[in-house]
Amino acid sequence: MPYRRHDSNTQPRSLYPPYRATTERAPRQPLIFLPHTLSEITGPVYGHNQVLEADRDLTRGHPGEPLGERIIVTGRVLDDGGCPLRRTLVEIWQANSAGRYYHQKDDHPAPLDPNFTGAGRALTDLDGRYEFITIKPGAYPWRNHENAWRPAHIHFSLLGPAFTARLVTQMYFPGDPLFPHDPMLQSIPDEEARRRLVSKLDLDATRPEWALAYRFDIVLRGCEATPFEE
Amino acid sequence: MDLIPTASQTVGPFFHLGCTTNHSISCIASPTASGERVRLTCRVLDGVGVAVDDAMIEIWQADSDGNYSHPADPRVQKCDPGCGGFGRLPTDLNGMCVFETIRPGRVPAADGRLQAPHLNVCVFGRGIMKGLQTRAYFAGDQANDECPILALVPEERRATLMARSDPGKPGDWYFDVRLCGQGETVFFDI
Ligand SMILES: [Fe+2]
Repeated sequence: MPYRRHDSNTQPRSLYPPYRATTERAPRQPLIFLPHTLSEITGPVYGHNQVLEADRDLTRGHPGEPLGERIIVTGRVLDDGGCPLRRTLVEIWQANSAGRYYHQKDDHPAPLDPNFTGAGRALTDLDGRYEFITIKPGAYPWRNHENAWRPAHIHFSLLGPAFTARLVTQMYFPGDPLFPHDPMLQSIPDEEARRRLVSKLDLDATRPEWALAYRFDIVLRGCEATPFEE
Repeated sequence: MDLIPTASQTVGPFFHLGCTTNHSISCIASPTASGERVRLTCRVLDGVGVAVDDAMIEIWQADSDGNYSHPADPRVQKCDPGCGGFGRLPTDLNGMCVFETIRPGRVPAADGRLQAPHLNVCVFGRGIMKGLQTRAYFAGDQANDECPILALVPEERRATLMARSDPGKPGDWYFDVRLCGQGETVFFDI
């Protein structure tokens, strides 16, 4: 059963010169249309046994508490038919509250936080819901152009139910004034599709006196409906 | 209800933190898996031939009989437990990474015709806004001539999808991914 295909304007352009690195790395030849075979509609169901409850709390596992604004990041993972995707692996990574990654290639002169590594993983529940506890990441400079700064974001990776549904994306925070200046976000032609990468403040998921919550729902490609097939 | 899939974004240069520092997989098929052993060296090059040292490669493949370890494969029950089928590695300073696996069997296409043995390869990286999907076939495999998917690729570009063996090192295969420019690898719209 093939997976559905969607309007390409809701996905980023692969060649987008304002994001400089795409000019050396984006294919110039058109992609070759591949009718789905078992190779595309299957995929790894990896990770299910190794995900621990503690892995979804990025504020723990260190001697002390990280600095910055503690937040809850939650949402549901659905397929394009609206069905929740259960026990799907969600992996995240991010900068600390000062905008610095715990990574040897990050030389931004902002402090590292000994109590924050910035990586987590979780499985969705039977409702397709996931929840992370983390710290609101800071914006950081990235040298793409004069005075280039990334809006605060959290990287997300989902294996999904098939190789065709694999998704890597970034979640942003509402109202960030850097959006119009960010080539990564602007590489997506469709305005609504860009807006859907921006999380929403979710007062219902907030824990009073403890942490604000941001909601980020994720949609993966799903199978074409085949009502006439047994 | 019809929803539109979430837009992709690049993994950026720091994906190691979340994806490969603790969760890389170099062994796609364990030493106990049946089939011909393959040590696959992948290398990623950019448009000017410079090694891409911050890419991530994921591989998904069938076992030696062409069965996938996934419920959508009707023969999943027969799938070799030694072949998980999934690999994930970051490239090194030379743009390379090495997977341990087996040569997969032939997998049927939608019309029932058999495809040639292949690995499904997805390349992520800084400057790559959406994971690039390609396939690594085995150069010299007789089944290549009758693979219905290879037949969709213009003949002059098929060589970009071939992993090559080293006659001096049995079991060693090499697969280069050229992201763009001269000899650009064929990428698929899947
Ligand atoms: Fe980032």
